[in-house]
Amino acid sequence: MSSFDFDQLTADKVSRHYGRQRALTRVSLSVRAGEIIGLLGPNGAGKSTLLGILATLIAPSSGSVRYGDRSVRALGSALRQRIGFLSHDLQLYPELTARENLEFFARLYGVSTPESLVNEALDCARLVNRADDPIVGFSRGMRQRLALERALLHEPRLVLLDEPFTGLDDRSIDDLAERLRALGRSDRIVIFATHDLDIAEKVLDRAIVLRNGRMGVLSDSGGTLRDRYRGFLANTNEQQRNLAGG
Amino acid sequence: MGEFFRIAWLVMRKDIRVESRSREVLYTTAFFAASCVLVFSFAFVRLGRPVEGAEAGIVWVALAYAGQLALGRAFERELHQDALRGLLLAPVERSAIFVGKLIGIMLLMGIVEVVVVFFVALFFSTAFFEHPFLFVGLLATGTIGFAAVGTLFAAMLARSQSRTVLLPVLLYPVTIPVLIAGVNGTLSLIQADPNLDLARFWFALMVFFDVVFLTLALWTFEPLMTE
Repeated sequence: MSSFDFDQLTADKVSRHYGRQRALTRVSLSVRAGEIIGLLGPNGAGKSTLLGILATLIAPSSGSVRYGDRSVRALGSALRQRIGFLSHDLQLYPELTARENLEFFARLYGVSTPESLVNEALDCARLVNRADDPIVGFSRGMRQRLALERALLHEPRLVLLDEPFTGLDDRSIDDLAERLRALGRSDRIVIFATHDLDIAEKVLDRAIVLRNGRMGVLSDSGGTLRDRYRGFLANTNEQQRNLAGG
Repeated sequence: MGEFFRIAWLVMRKDIRVESRSREVLYTTAFFAASCVLVFSFAFVRLGRPVEGAEAGIVWVALAYAGQLALGRAFERELHQDALRGLLLAPVERSAIFVGKLIGIMLLMGIVEVVVVFFVALFFSTAFFEHPFLFVGLLATGTIGFAAVGTLFAAMLARSQSRTVLLPVLLYPVTIPVLIAGVNGTLSLIQADPNLDLARFWFALMVFFDVVFLTLALWTFEPLMTE
């Protein structure tokens, strides 16, 4: 396995169009190792598209993404070894057991001791007692915890999470929040998309807002993250009304 | 190269494990293929005598339709919970993933072939195994060619809304040479006076198609799977 690593992620004027529909327009950001970034925005704002591009699953229509000082094209599969991605759909096989799912992905990622890592992951997901049950019978929260462990099995540098708090109970939310903070402390780059602003505020270092595929800026005027986000939405609504009114 | 086949083996083993739990694709395709043969037997067997050479066409038509069904279902499963993206994100050669999926589908088609050949032999009293190596060779090369193109197209269309319409539209025009070679090769083996030279010619042609289709599929899988 390649030993490629990086400590900074840079997106430069990244756009993604599907035909005439613009999913993302000239988005730029720079994130350093140890930072936890919250990606906020209403449904259809482009959060999942941006995460897909950063995960190398979607090619940008224009603009570039650099991992350290290198591009996706130069790195290929060595880069994917350093990326952990939890999608809104959980990327698990319902017919397989929790252990089989984790073992499959551990071996796919070429981890050196899959059995012990899988046992640790099952412990972290609090699924030791259900390890050998097919996950088709699991609740959304249990699957979510398992999928998170799948995304982190290979100790990625870049952790991308799409709606990671969905379906979790209070204890699991606290566990996940602590897990994200620990990832930040261990110099990972964590970017997560969420609508759970109260939880996000406790975890993130910085928030990035997207609306209609464009990046916006939250005001620094104080108040909670929810207040600042509502202010941002109100401002952009007003701007759109003004534009529509000529 | 060892890493390539390790990944292909992992993907294939996962597919077989998933299928062994649900048996959804196997039952659907095998039942469909057996029904196909049964219906054809009513059309092509008159007073206990089959129309000469019809068996060759029936075998390959049943295999093609059953194969298409298997391809569609196999990739719909990968779409469930977006597992395909999970595979594509792995730090491995994507062509190894393709080969793993391909072998899994070929194994499934192999089981369906046993069912089809058994029922055709039963209903049409056809001696398929007078020349077993050539016959199995024709089936194997036909399966490789059909499944190679089919796996590529099914993966490519997996995220398309109209994949059920587009898969046969793309698949059959490209694989029709393989199916024609399969029918002619089988026909030259099962006729009253088997023509082995002709059967070998069709077999060689199918090997050629396999090499072309596999090369193209391995070459294009990686770029086609990036959105």
